[in-house]
Amino acid sequence: MRIIIVGCGKVGSTITEQLVKEGHDVAVIDRDPSVIQDITNNFDVMGVVGNGASYSIQKEAGIEDAHLLIAVTGSDEQNLLCCLFAKKAGNCNTIARVRNPLYNHEIRFIQEELGLSMTINPEYAAATEIARILRFPSAIKIDTFSKGRVELIKFLVPENSPIDNCSLIDISHKIKTDVLVCAVERRDEVVIPNGSFVIKAGDTISIVASPTKARDFIKEIGVRAHQVGNAMIVGGGTMAYYLAEQLLSMGIHVKIIERDEERCEQLSELLPKAMIIHGDATNQNILLEEGIQNSEAFVSLTGIDEGNIFLSLFAQSCSKAKVITKINRISFGDIINDFQLGSLIYPKFITSEYITRYVRAMQNSLGSNVETLYHLIENKVEALEFHIHEGAPVVDIALEDLPIRDNTLIACINHAGTIIRPNGKTKISVGDTVIIITTHKGLGDIKDILQK
Amino acid sequence: MNHAVIRHIIGLILLFESAFLLLPCMVAVIYREKQGLSYLAVAFVCLVIGFLLARKKTANQMFYAKEGFVIVALSWIVMSFFGAMPYYLSGDIPDVSQALFEAVSGFTTTGASTLSSVEVLSHCTLVWRAFTIWIGGMGVIVFLLAVLPLTGGYNMHLMRAESPGPSVGKLVPKVRETAKILYLIYISLTVIEIVLYILAGMPVFDAVTTGFSTAGTGGFGIRNDSMGSYSTVLQILITVFMILFGVNFNFYYYLLGKEKKEAFKMEEVRWYFTIIVVAALIITFDIRGMFDSVGTALQQAFFQVGSIITTTGFSTTDFNMWPQISRTIIVLLTFLGACAGSTGGGMKVSRLMILVKSIRQEIAYFIHPRSVKVIKMDQKAIDKSTVRGVHAFFATYVMIIVVSVFLISFNGLDLVTNFTAVVTAFNNVGPGLELVGPAGNFGCFSDFSQYVLMFDMLAGRLELFPILLLFTPAVWKKN
Repeated sequence: MRIIIVGCGKVGSTITEQLVKEGHDVAVIDRDPSVIQDITNNFDVMGVVGNGASYSIQKEAGIEDAHLLIAVTGSDEQNLLCCLFAKKAGNCNTIARVRNPLYNHEIRFIQEELGLSMTINPEYAAATEIARILRFPSAIKIDTFSKGRVELIKFLVPENSPIDNCSLIDISHKIKTDVLVCAVERRDEVVIPNGSFVIKAGDTISIVASPTKARDFIKEIGVRAHQVGNAMIVGGGTMAYYLAEQLLSMGIHVKIIERDEERCEQLSELLPKAMIIHGDATNQNILLEEGIQNSEAFVSLTGIDEGNIFLSLFAQSCSKAKVITKINRISFGDIINDFQLGSLIYPKFITSEYITRYVRAMQNSLGSNVETLYHLIENKVEALEFHIHEGAPVVDIALEDLPIRDNTLIACINHAGTIIRPNGKTKISVGDTVIIITTHKGLGDIKDILQK
Repeated sequence: MNHAVIRHIIGLILLFESAFLLLPCMVAVIYREKQGLSYLAVAFVCLVIGFLLARKKTANQMFYAKEGFVIVALSWIVMSFFGAMPYYLSGDIPDVSQALFEAVSGFTTTGASTLSSVEVLSHCTLVWRAFTIWIGGMGVIVFLLAVLPLTGGYNMHLMRAESPGPSVGKLVPKVRETAKILYLIYISLTVIEIVLYILAGMPVFDAVTTGFSTAGTGGFGIRNDSMGSYSTVLQILITVFMILFGVNFNFYYYLLGKEKKEAFKMEEVRWYFTIIVVAALIITFDIRGMFDSVGTALQQAFFQVGSIITTTGFSTTDFNMWPQISRTIIVLLTFLGACAGSTGGGMKVSRLMILVKSIRQEIAYFIHPRSVKVIKMDQKAIDKSTVRGVHAFFATYVMIIVVSVFLISFNGLDLVTNFTAVVTAFNNVGPGLELVGPAGNFGCFSDFSQYVLMFDMLAGRLELFPILLLFTPAVWKKN
């Protein structure tokens, strides 16, 4: 597809990287020549320097033939204007990043009246992600498929767990639930395991199952599965506001620590049920005084990545809280994973994942069949949901007879609403949706799982 | 420095060269010439070496601007080296430095020769001479990018290092598609050209070789008097095509696409045509007495101006005998060169525009020290780094000319010969004045001087810096 991306900040360049990898023709627009220089040096894209909300600049980037325009500059208004122009000039689909909470309440209206295909609010998306984790704190990450009927849950295997040192076949004998272990991370390695793979304590495993079965399984292996009772949030930015709003509606007590007094007053006005503390969270005494030892969840959302890392390390050391760390900018993924920082939230990755998912769904109508897409584990593994159409080369053949590529796993089949955990004899039928776990990139159709 | 990637791409280049060498082999079969065997042998050698080098795909595909520059410079040297082998082996050019000179002169689209007579050469050698020009015109790396599915955004570094012009952009988002479009335009124009030559009465063999030579703006003729003995119609046709191949190829892309208006807004193309017309008219006025009619003078003037500004270097008359004004204009045009993004060499019209505009800006600073002025081209501001690049280019350009003229002065030839020889080689034009004029050749230079001129041709074709980078020790250090 031909895609134009306006604004090459953190999110813009992450999306560019992802979309180029998937083979799209990408043109990027930014006002700063050095940013364009950088991005055209690193990726095979066309760069245009200028204001994306101008007709002539959009024309230069090829708006007339474009399928999609993604506006992710720093300004909401400019993004909306870009999309409005693009809609008129090229009649293409448009995605705008809109982050102002003021607009967030009217997003439906904006989206409809301006004819946007999608709006994305990175802070809101990240907050939703965090809320989902706190609902089920033992998980490091939860993704959903088939409208929530299937969950993909990533968590750490604790010490003394009954599945420590068990092979996957033994586990299915020991614990009588239908759960599929689809990816295992051990230090830097990522494995898509087979039956003889032995799980060790300290591994991070991803499982696919229906929500109730997943919770049963997790209880069995000695991991807590209920939502937290209270949460401490450090930093009172927009994301903290969205998060607090969601947590409060889930019945979780929220305490926000914010340095700026004026912002504290605003927050207390917006969130009357939350406890707002005015103070500098980098001061340990304030955290201790506010009872960090007893909080069940600790979320560091300040604007400084390094600060967040230290806050989380401190929380990890002095409490049993579920710790969540927001990282905006830093890209030393391997090193950060060595720290015990609990769940990491990268708003730019979440945003780019939402958009990539949309792009794949759009391609759906242009020949690809991906319904949902998630990146697991630092972009090394993808989980995709495919819709099976008439004539797909996998229909009505027992799975053991299909020549499936290495490092590719059929995790789960949704057959008319029932979730089947496939074995060698299972057959896929037309109309099913199938969840695939793979280390290969850019799968566009179910037939791509077969060996070439 | 990623040596593995460099090795791999040089290997690929050799594989391509071995394929290119099959063309003279086929010609040899048609004309039953035994020289074809040496072409076949060299093609085989290229195939084996290329296969050995390119065999292993490298794990580390990362490369940056400096690798791009080094790859391009090395591949041109390697190509010229292997391209020269059949000249020597077939016995057509029995001297090592002369054979190399012929190959470098071909690939860099200079068209200068050390031979006093080309009519004694075999047909396959004549075709290979013309074909090297055609390959060198658009560049073999661009060809490689168009044909092979090389992945990674780093390919832009390669394209930028090979393509002429102060700032190289893409026509479409992907490098590969851009390279394909460029070659598509190039091939179509060449085909149209050759067909028209044949229709206008040129023998097929002449049409093909002249067609390749014109397309690459090289200027290897197959007759000793270059284009002089062809009919007037053919000469006019050649004039038109020389000038067309000197136009920025973006112009044709716009013309074929939806934005036809954009094409005529291109400032560089306008300057280019204005310069041609003005220069030709002045020369016509100057030489009107030397020909029977003003019409002939006009046609001769246009041919020579078109040939020199596009850096083709064909000639229909010995302009060395022209009056001083005309000779001077010819030398000045030698410096100028064609448009950026064309197959022509030289300094490029767009660089002249930027230089002229920065001089204007500098003068404005003296009058209004606090004034702020941005240099614009096509109604768009030009990046400061591009302007700086043009200044650096020009300084280096002058420096290389000065040093080269000094080095070849040891031959003891006159200053005009030395100076125009360097300038014409450096700008990839072909003929100069006096001994190296249209009627002369470069055989009067010693081996050493020929190597200096070869360096100038390569440096000129690759726009100085890739070749200079090869001689910078820091590039070769690890890390």
